[in-house]
Amino acid sequence: MRAHLPILPVLFTLVGALLIPIVALASRRAAGPVAAGAAVAAAIAALAGAAEVAGGGVRRYAVGGWPAPWGIELVLDPLSAFTSAAIACVAAVSLAGAGPGARAAFERTTPRFYALALVVVTGLLGITGSGDLFNVFVFLEIAAIASYALVASGAAPALAAGFRYLVLGTVGASFYLIGVGLLYALTGTLNMGDLAARVPAVAGSPLFAGGVAFIVVGLAIKMALFPLHGWLPDAYTHAPPPVAALLPAVATKAPAYALARTLLYVLRPDELPVATTLAWAGGAAVVVGGLFALRQTDARRLLAYSSVSQMGYIVLGLGLANAPALTGAYLHLLNHAVMKSSLFMAVGALLLSARGPSLAALAEVAPRPLIGACMVVAALSMVGVPPAGGFFSKWYLLQGAIEAGQPVLAAAILLGSLLAAVYMYRLTEAVWLSPAAAAGAARRREAPAVVLAALLVLALATLGVGVANELIVDRLLAPAAAAAAR
Amino acid sequence: MDVASLLPGLALVPAGAAVALIVLSRRRPPLRETWSVLAAVAQTAVVAAMVPRVSEGARLTWEGPALVTGIPLLLRADALGVLFATLASGLWLLTTVYSIGYVRALDEPRQTRYFACFALCLFATVGLALAGNLLTFFAFFEILTVAAYPLVIHKGSEEAFRAGRIYLLYTLTGGTALLGAVVWTAALAGTLEFRAGGILPADAVPAALWGLFGLFVVGCGVKAAIVPLHTWLPLAMIAPTPVSALLHAVAVVKAGVFGMVRVVGFVFGPELLGDMGAASVLTGLALATILLASLAAAAQDNLKRLLAFSTISQLSYIVLGVTLGTQTAFAGSVLHIASHALLKITLFFCAGAIYVTAHVEHVRDMGGIGWRMPWTMGAFAAAAFMLAGMPPGAGFVSKWRLIEGAAQGGAWLAVAVLLAGVVLNVAYFTPVIVRAFAAPASPGTAEAPAALLVPLLLTAAGGLLLGLVPDGLLPVLSLALEVARSVSGP
Amino acid sequence: MNWPYVAGVILLMLGLYTMIAQRNLLKKLVGMTIFQTAIILFFLLTSAKRHGTLPIVPPGPVDPVPYMNPLPHALMLTAIVVMVATTGVALALLIRLYAAYGSLEENVIAERVAAESPPPDTPR
Repeated sequence: MRAHLPILPVLFTLVGALLIPIVALASRRAAGPVAAGAAVAAAIAALAGAAEVAGGGVRRYAVGGWPAPWGIELVLDPLSAFTSAAIACVAAVSLAGAGPGARAAFERTTPRFYALALVVVTGLLGITGSGDLFNVFVFLEIAAIASYALVASGAAPALAAGFRYLVLGTVGASFYLIGVGLLYALTGTLNMGDLAARVPAVAGSPLFAGGVAFIVVGLAIKMALFPLHGWLPDAYTHAPPPVAALLPAVATKAPAYALARTLLYVLRPDELPVATTLAWAGGAAVVVGGLFALRQTDARRLLAYSSVSQMGYIVLGLGLANAPALTGAYLHLLNHAVMKSSLFMAVGALLLSARGPSLAALAEVAPRPLIGACMVVAALSMVGVPPAGGFFSKWYLLQGAIEAGQPVLAAAILLGSLLAAVYMYRLTEAVWLSPAAAAGAARRREAPAVVLAALLVLALATLGVGVANELIVDRLLAPAAAAAAR
Repeated sequence: MDVASLLPGLALVPAGAAVALIVLSRRRPPLRETWSVLAAVAQTAVVAAMVPRVSEGARLTWEGPALVTGIPLLLRADALGVLFATLASGLWLLTTVYSIGYVRALDEPRQTRYFACFALCLFATVGLALAGNLLTFFAFFEILTVAAYPLVIHKGSEEAFRAGRIYLLYTLTGGTALLGAVVWTAALAGTLEFRAGGILPADAVPAALWGLFGLFVVGCGVKAAIVPLHTWLPLAMIAPTPVSALLHAVAVVKAGVFGMVRVVGFVFGPELLGDMGAASVLTGLALATILLASLAAAAQDNLKRLLAFSTISQLSYIVLGVTLGTQTAFAGSVLHIASHALLKITLFFCAGAIYVTAHVEHVRDMGGIGWRMPWTMGAFAAAAFMLAGMPPGAGFVSKWRLIEGAAQGGAWLAVAVLLAGVVLNVAYFTPVIVRAFAAPASPGTAEAPAALLVPLLLTAAGGLLLGLVPDGLLPVLSLALEVARSVSGP
Repeated sequence: MNWPYVAGVILLMLGLYTMIAQRNLLKKLVGMTIFQTAIILFFLLTSAKRHGTLPIVPPGPVDPVPYMNPLPHALMLTAIVVMVATTGVALALLIRLYAAYGSLEENVIAERVAAESPPPDTPR
């Protein structure tokens, strides 16, 4: 079993996705538990994988027994294990708490939601476990196609948003493919390890620059890096609530991982201004995303722009590329996934009884203290107040910015925190504190227990990651960052 | 010398546990209040237990788990920290008793949130008081910011929310600046541990040092209510009086001023600041604040707002003292932390008592109240004059040292402003006292209830005691002198 | 001048331009298909060799020089499958869009979406 750890997470979710339509023939209500079960199994496998390579080990897995570099290789190293575990765990919690929202949004077609959601998670876990560039493309598209369908499964406006997402996402994946093709033409290999060995010989070639450029732009579109983020606000705003609790948290993390992996561990284009561009694009994303979020009155769109801003932090860290910055970027992958899932889930729970998605409408619903408390924890993490996890990723990023001698980027990080404070305050105030919320007490409806449980788990995870961040950094992220620096 | 000890870590436990216990006992008010009182007693006891050894010169150190790679949660009880911690904890106890009387008399809603947030605030305060490195300090500083917010908006009115919004805006901006400063310090100094005399290298790039200085001033200055970062404080008076009393006279603003003292004494070092010329900048800001706030206080009709501006002014006395560059002035500052806390809290307690019994908030309505509530107003008058600097009160002891220290350093402008401050101080309190006693006693309410009266008499007595015997109950003077001596180098 | 590659690039640009400039969503989809096909063509071109023959080899050790590279073909099979799946989903979306809004013109749909959804902060 231990030898198969690299492939287990993907296997569990894939089998789960295939099982659900079959199970649903017998009982529609069984779809949820099966999905949650598969996701939890994947999460456990991913965590086991992380424990396996904690401290700097590497496990390689040749699919089908075909050895690398001819066969497809899966690689489990600290970074990939960390990201897989992060995505799998957040997805598991999200799916576990999706029941009431899914039944409300999809009614008779709920099993399809679960099946597609598991396909998305399969794709994402496939990306994070992959040791081969083309394999990344395949899983990227697996996840993407399922997410196009999921996004578009909402009310009428979701269709247009979904179509736009589809077009832009396909363009992104296609650019990535072109880049891979150029690199293949140049070096003759698709295997990451093999490519890393061959790159120094060809690094001066314009084909190499072209390949790098296409890959970076393609992945940037996929993870909604400003200014290529056009598909995200509409998609996350109109996606049905159970989808919104999952996708924004995890869907952009895997492309970010892919970018980190290809850029910092495989291609290492030191002569090209890629790192600088990414760092500044990230900084711009942080500030612009935050500014846009400030102006929103629709709670979901506010969170969507917030996602653009938070992804900026990750790219900023990747661009700075020194050890603390990378540590911060990787830690933020986890922190943001947890925060965003929590926030979208809370808003989704409120939408069950609100008359609309605007802040004013949500204020009338007056949630129970528990939802509000979980939102506050997520907000504190977003702003960067210890001991919530978000503080620590910001700390490392700041350290990295100062170490790299970039005061403007450090200022951008701090400004982003401030903007986050303002828009998160507006959200929490509207939802929990305002006089309107108190007045609307009559409209209160108990949030479903399973949703509350999921929210609690995420809130505790936010605090837990913060408190235990040193452990995570020491065992997983520091080795990962060190491997990039070499 | 450093001595490993469990006590600093233990000091966090009572308040921390109280938060959970209070939330759990939300259906049983008596139990809720008991937890608050017990926690306050326990915390005071633990912190007081550290005083004897710290007065002898030891620093009690407790190292917790790592916060981030390479930087642990470090609690190190030195003279300054233990002084502030004991002050805050002891006053918490008195304020809790006062609070219980206050919320019962007014039948305030949301009492669980109130007491729980109070406990959380004190948890954060004792944490930052005993913090041994900047990151620990920052973490507790931010927790304090967040914990105080629900107390500011307690009333739930539109005005309270507005005050809360401005409070958060200011304090979170300050917090952001402070975070930048802390990270930058780590890069420049290689360490974040406080060390008397400073940790920053004197040969660092001047622009960097000035930038760092600016960030620290903004970061701590918001809470320390230095002009022009003071706007939130008067607005925050919308909070219930016990909140204003403890948080805005002792915990939140004192945390800001304490932070300033730490930064000046233990991060930069008075020598470096003096060489840079930054000390003068801070002196200027402090002087401006003292004057402007005193003048504003004189113009206030709302008693609590008057006290708020008085606080702003008095806080800058503390900031002023650490920038003058003499040991006497530094000691005066540290002493004033204690004097101001005791005396200001007395004044707030009185204001609250007046509000509860006579439902009076404005000075213009206070005619004759001195005769109806002689003990309360008597304590108010005593505390007011002692704060202004009248001997033998605590205010005299600290302000005398400030003036002496300023003279020693040749800062004649500061001496002038300090003296002017005393005059203004008297000037803005006198109308209140005159109004209270001038008019004849009108029939109406009686003296304040015991739960409110006893704490305020105790704090007033404390202020007097501190002036008469500065090393009496707590070796305040010795500790203050110790702090001043340590930052001035060998 | 490697004409086949130039043709590939021209197809790519045509596809991209169609995606951006056309307002009809179905035409955008056609552009997208052209775009993806161009990429497939590009990959296959990298496998071609002057005077190369089909890569069907007899058993035993072989000299790979005369044979065309089969790997890009295998990769592109996957890419074609992806393209087909994406097109399928896109067409399904277009059918639903047409049913919901009665038009496939981008600007008309945008107008109708805006008209249908209430402004986010409707006063009570």
